[in-house]
Amino acid sequence: MSDQPFLKAIGPAALRRRASGAPFALPLVAAAVAVVVCCPLVFVAMQAGQSGWASVRQLLGRPLVTTLLWHTVELTVTVTAATLVIGFCAAFLTQRTDIPGRRVFTVLLAMPLAVPEFVHGYCWVSLFPSVQGFWGAVLVMTTSLYPLVFLPAAATLRRGDAATEEVARSLGHGRWHILWRVTLPQTRPALAGGALLVSLYLLGEYGAFAMVRYTTFATAIYTQFETSFDTVSASVLALVLIVLAVLVIGAEAGAGRRRGRVVREGAATRPADPLRLGRWTAPAVVGLAALVGTTLGVPVYALGYWLAKGNSSTLPSASIWSATATTAGYALVSAAIATAAAVPVALLAWRHPGHLSVGIVRLAYLTRALPGIAVALAVVFFAIRYATPWYQQPPMLVAGYVVLFFPLALTAVRASLAQVPHGVEDVARSLGRRRLVVLGRVTLPLIAPGLAASFAMVALTASTELTATLLLHPTGTDTLATRFWSYTTGLAYGAAAPYAAMMTALSVPAVVLLTRRTLGPARLSKEEA
Amino acid sequence: MPTSAQRSGRKSAVLAAGAAVTSVVLAACGSGTSKPSTVPVAAASGTALSGQSITIYSGQHEQTMQALVKGFEAKTGVKVNVRSGDEAELANQILTEGKASPADVFVSENPPTLTTLEEKGLLAKVDADTLAAVPAADSAAAGDWIGVSARSAVFAYDTAAVPASQLPTSVKDLAGAAWKGKLGIAPSETDFTPIVTRMIQSVGADATKTWLRGLKANGKVYDSNEDLIAAINKGEVAGGVVDHYYWYRMRDEVGAGAVHSQLSYFAAGDPGSMVDVSGAGILGSSKHQPAAQAFLNYLVAQPAQQIIATSQSYEYPLLAGVAATKLAKPLSAAGPVVPATDLGDGKQALSLLQSVGLLS
Repeated sequence: MSDQPFLKAIGPAALRRRASGAPFALPLVAAAVAVVVCCPLVFVAMQAGQSGWASVRQLLGRPLVTTLLWHTVELTVTVTAATLVIGFCAAFLTQRTDIPGRRVFTVLLAMPLAVPEFVHGYCWVSLFPSVQGFWGAVLVMTTSLYPLVFLPAAATLRRGDAATEEVARSLGHGRWHILWRVTLPQTRPALAGGALLVSLYLLGEYGAFAMVRYTTFATAIYTQFETSFDTVSASVLALVLIVLAVLVIGAEAGAGRRRGRVVREGAATRPADPLRLGRWTAPAVVGLAALVGTTLGVPVYALGYWLAKGNSSTLPSASIWSATATTAGYALVSAAIATAAAVPVALLAWRHPGHLSVGIVRLAYLTRALPGIAVALAVVFFAIRYATPWYQQPPMLVAGYVVLFFPLALTAVRASLAQVPHGVEDVARSLGRRRLVVLGRVTLPLIAPGLAASFAMVALTASTELTATLLLHPTGTDTLATRFWSYTTGLAYGAAAPYAAMMTALSVPAVVLLTRRTLGPARLSKEEA
Repeated sequence: MPTSAQRSGRKSAVLAAGAAVTSVVLAACGSGTSKPSTVPVAAASGTALSGQSITIYSGQHEQTMQALVKGFEAKTGVKVNVRSGDEAELANQILTEGKASPADVFVSENPPTLTTLEEKGLLAKVDADTLAAVPAADSAAAGDWIGVSARSAVFAYDTAAVPASQLPTSVKDLAGAAWKGKLGIAPSETDFTPIVTRMIQSVGADATKTWLRGLKANGKVYDSNEDLIAAINKGEVAGGVVDHYYWYRMRDEVGAGAVHSQLSYFAAGDPGSMVDVSGAGILGSSKHQPAAQAFLNYLVAQPAQQIIATSQSYEYPLLAGVAATKLAKPLSAAGPVVPATDLGDGKQALSLLQSVGLLS
């Protein structure tokens, strides 16, 4: 790194002392964000606190609880492993080989993110009734979640440096050995980040498993909420998920940190020559096409089938346009706020890695493991008590989305910050710029791709969210998801299909943006960094 | 258990409903008089309430509720905000909101959600005149909520898989070896617990537990009645117990030509032969009590009941003299209405379902 000697000479500590601005502002803002996004954890802890030990023991001692806990663990491990394998292979094939149609494949492979979770489930089940049970759940979840691993892995592989691999080759190592010992370890932090999102999501997911008739621990929590109206017991069970989430987060931190990988930091990297697939080209193309066909073909076919065959289907009425506008509006506002909220937390962890900042980041991830209904009820609980005028007003739904999807925003912003050399801000400040000016003119422009990725990710997830939307939306306004839900509960799949199609169509630009921003522009020359 | 004699008593209820509207309107005028009214109903068409607005949390079929609300708004000038959702989620929302709930009225699909709110002391008493419109057994014993419409438990079956001679006459039969691998059940549905409760009352908790174990061994578990009825129609399972209207709504969606299933009713007196009520209650915390009372009153009066009778929700109206012409069986032949007090909040049924592992 060219600026390193200069920094060493002056000393970053001295620079920091000289710098203008309030040193406490960032931790305070970050802590405030953490307090808001952790309100579901507080709610769950408060509710669970009302339970006595005896009833906790009775609750956890029920025959099905252990079985369900095992289901959750089994499924989380299997699906996470499957998404890792598929995500890495797809990323490697599209970024590091000469497979034909790489750019088209890259966008298509990210596209399952545009299909709402519950639509995925419905499509599989309505077309293939035999997709059920454990393997049904593995299939549905893997095909819908692997892009969370594929995208960061592809981004890392695309930026990857050829030099280390060339050194390995010069030492006489074979192609597979290099892939295993050099390329894969370089991708490890990206894989770990994606796996974290996948496994946290699986812990709290309920709807998609319900569709394939597979029960998990989240099912037990929904039962407590929805058939027993027992928030206390539901919260006790939710705490068990939190414990699992803590283990998962710890595992991610371990996997992402592990040393032993060769990284040349700072220097301009040079892309590796694409690997020639040769006679493996045809099988690779067939493999990727099969993956795209399965993950996208099923939902597209099912939506078309409903539109054509359902008796209840009508031409899109006026309400579909207003629902589309409402959905888009909420998604965009929530995405902007969630991204803005993620910046201080990510900055704090990046500038001052320590117990406090790491703790805040991990707390923020925990919420992701809670079932949607627990998060939504927490927002109801706090909003009606402490923000009464906003209760069931648009800001409440936005707050719900921000709380739910903050971890997605945080992941994207952190990944982007991790690529910024550490001394950059210090150099800028040494030139006499104020902290905020440095942030606005140096740091934020550097992480612009991460901000865009965060924005796209939150926007597309929020536009397809259902559980919390049903509880938090302002009375009288409809989103595409609530319309879809209303028709499907009335068995009117034909009438529901246009809404699902519109939701998907609305998400496509976000996925394209996400793909572009995460991967960066296509390489034009080998000199490009 | 209401008998046909009780049902015929509904004719007088029509008159009571008319009187109820009048009294509600009077109460809303704040005239303070409790004398029987001489003001014609038509003349006092709710002008005193006009301009007010109420919020309804509705777990009912959305399109039907919209039609009902439209009628009420036109009649009274009250603006109604409808929040449609899953009845269990809406009940949770009300429980979490507590006294600050913006809801004035809660409309459920099944009695246990209303009973849960009643037990927490969150409901106000429904006007006696309104309660008088429907048979007493259709509403809460203490008058905390009122029955509005009804659905009957039926056995839906794949006509190709089950010959008429082999149809179950009792819900108890379904635990038998003949149904091994053929049965579908949706135990997490709020419609299923009332049947379990009826079994407990009929044969006791221990025998019910054995019966549930049999169902579990025989059956394939579905997440919802929508999934279950679709599975039966596709021949994925041979049959299962659902509320009748799921079959009718499914028929609308797939078209009569694609219907490969039929409905059959359990024998009279069987625990599976039952009619379950959808009801409505007023939140005690509502700041619009007169308008909320007027809405409940409207729900059980003739025009609203007529909307229910002809709607795509395919439920039975409860008012005597209004018949559900779209349904194959009249309400009187569809089974007895189970009094809400018998169904309770369904906790015992739930704990049995949990103990055999049908619910978590």
